[in-house]
Amino acid sequence: MSPARPTVRRPRSLRGRRARSRVMVVLTYLAALLAVLPLVLILGYLLKQGAAALSPDFFTQLPKPPGEAGGGMANAIVGTLVVVGIAAAIGLPIGIGAGMYLAERRDEPLATAVRFLSDVLNGLPSIVVGIFAWEFLVRPAGHFSALAGGAALAAIMIPIVTRTTEEMLRLVPNSLREAALALGYPQWRTSLVVVLRTALPGIVTGALVAVARVAGETAPLLFTAFGNQFWSVELGQPIAALPLQVFTYAISPYDEWHAHAWAGALVLIGIVLVISVAARVATRSRFGTAGE
Amino acid sequence: MSDAVARSALAGGLDPSARARATPPAAASVRIEGSAAGDRIYRGVTTALALCVPLLLLAIAIALGVAAWPALRTAGLSFLTSSEWDATRGTFGAAPALYGTLVSSALAIALATPLALGSAIFLSEFAPRWLRTPAAFLIDLLAAVPSVVYGLWAVFVLLPLLREHVMPFLQNTLHLGSTPLFSGPAYGPSMLAAGLILAVMVLPYVAAVAREVLLAVPRSQREAALALGATRWEMIRDAVLPYARSGIIGGVVLGLGRALGETMAVTMVIGNRHEISSSLFSPGYTMASLVANEFSEATGDLHLSSLMAVGAVLFAVTLVVNAIARYLVWRVSRRGRA
Repeated sequence: MSPARPTVRRPRSLRGRRARSRVMVVLTYLAALLAVLPLVLILGYLLKQGAAALSPDFFTQLPKPPGEAGGGMANAIVGTLVVVGIAAAIGLPIGIGAGMYLAERRDEPLATAVRFLSDVLNGLPSIVVGIFAWEFLVRPAGHFSALAGGAALAAIMIPIVTRTTEEMLRLVPNSLREAALALGYPQWRTSLVVVLRTALPGIVTGALVAVARVAGETAPLLFTAFGNQFWSVELGQPIAALPLQVFTYAISPYDEWHAHAWAGALVLIGIVLVISVAARVATRSRFGTAGE
Repeated sequence: MSDAVARSALAGGLDPSARARATPPAAASVRIEGSAAGDRIYRGVTTALALCVPLLLLAIAIALGVAAWPALRTAGLSFLTSSEWDATRGTFGAAPALYGTLVSSALAIALATPLALGSAIFLSEFAPRWLRTPAAFLIDLLAAVPSVVYGLWAVFVLLPLLREHVMPFLQNTLHLGSTPLFSGPAYGPSMLAAGLILAVMVLPYVAAVAREVLLAVPRSQREAALALGATRWEMIRDAVLPYARSGIIGGVVLGLGRALGETMAVTMVIGNRHEISSSLFSPGYTMASLVANEFSEATGDLHLSSLMAVGAVLFAVTLVVNAIARYLVWRVSRRGRA
């Protein structure tokens, strides 16, 4: 009996095929290396430039006019926290609620539609969301505001939180739901007390991922929060934000400001990385602390 | 298979009417009445929150459409075909921005796809087990770096590198300066710079989707190929990739969607000039960077409406691109589970 022929397109010697295979495998190694290279380059350069420009003043001082030494981005750091805080306050409840809906009624037509649309929404350019927030909140009010910036970021958070919440709720073992229902728990208490609580670490992860994503967003803030060179935590007024400040300083012609842009970028990426790593840790402990 | 069974069982388990039937009526009639009200409230609240998603999308579409209408009506089709963008004279043609968006994104996808696919194959098939999680984490981190940080790096590292080494090398050493693609003065800010930084930015998205799709290919596919005597590469090429094809294409299209709408990094390196040039060395514009640059200082209603129209076109394009991508990925992951 002759052996079955493998599905090769051209007949080749076994040695030739093996060599070809080895070359292709090595190429995939190289591709992976090349893919990670930019990250190493960017982070390395960022650390070098950013650390040189970072000082305690950076965290406590307001920006100085160009040409004057010193100054910091204290207002932008606080502003980012305020805007992201507003976004979380609006986006998290909506996203988590929508995710609960999707997890519980996964096959209904509305659930399928919402799932698909949140994926589509997630892929929309953030600048489009920014124009939308401008049209709805800035134009009628007549001025830029922290609130409009937060609302724009919330619109970006909602689809992310919705989908991660759904995924996490799906991981909750079915037996747990059935046990709760069998004990006479009504549906809503089963969902809120048993299922949601079990999935909480995972949902926290999703929330953190969404926060990390919007903390670095710049484009939608250009014409909502707008930026501010001074102290402001008023929700109805323009407010400074770290990504905006980095952008403004990066495209300015002053060396002083360029250095500050690097420092700002380092702080920004520090915030994003800390949140991302925290999200990973929260996921990892899911199986350890689930259902405590 | 078992997953699908579990899911349908779950759906049954969560159906309140099925539960009501299963509960002995005499024993818990009071509880059922109370819980029925609670369930109704719970259902109503989660449904309302879920409805926020389609409403949001609808509101975005309507707002952009309404705001863009005056510009589209004034300029007509020439809005998309004319290269003249002059706020003082009130003529608005978005062709250069449309062209720049398409070219920079196409360049990014062409550069990023082989690398993303290669690293996804490496991570799903060849990487030693201890390396898989950290390597996937690193690639995820690339996706988490804010756009403005990429832009900052590109302005101070990528642009000088292009201006002083890469562009002269292409023009003088390789003698490509006379070809339309690489002609003209080498300033740095250019379509090429935008395509390069976009490639770095979309790579992690494409790689993540491709890896996920490859992991959804059943083991039996691989084992069958190996059992027939395929080498490792032949197994990938003939058994794994065809199975995952539509999902991988979906990942690439998803990356394209990201590239089309990416704003900050591109705005910082593309040069921002309303001009269509065949050379990758010359500055250009994209729809997203046009909006970012001019929006907050738009003068006059028509200017503003024209920028809104650019946003609306961008919205429509990315909407279609994303819908296609999601459909393709969804098809593979569904087949993988079944």
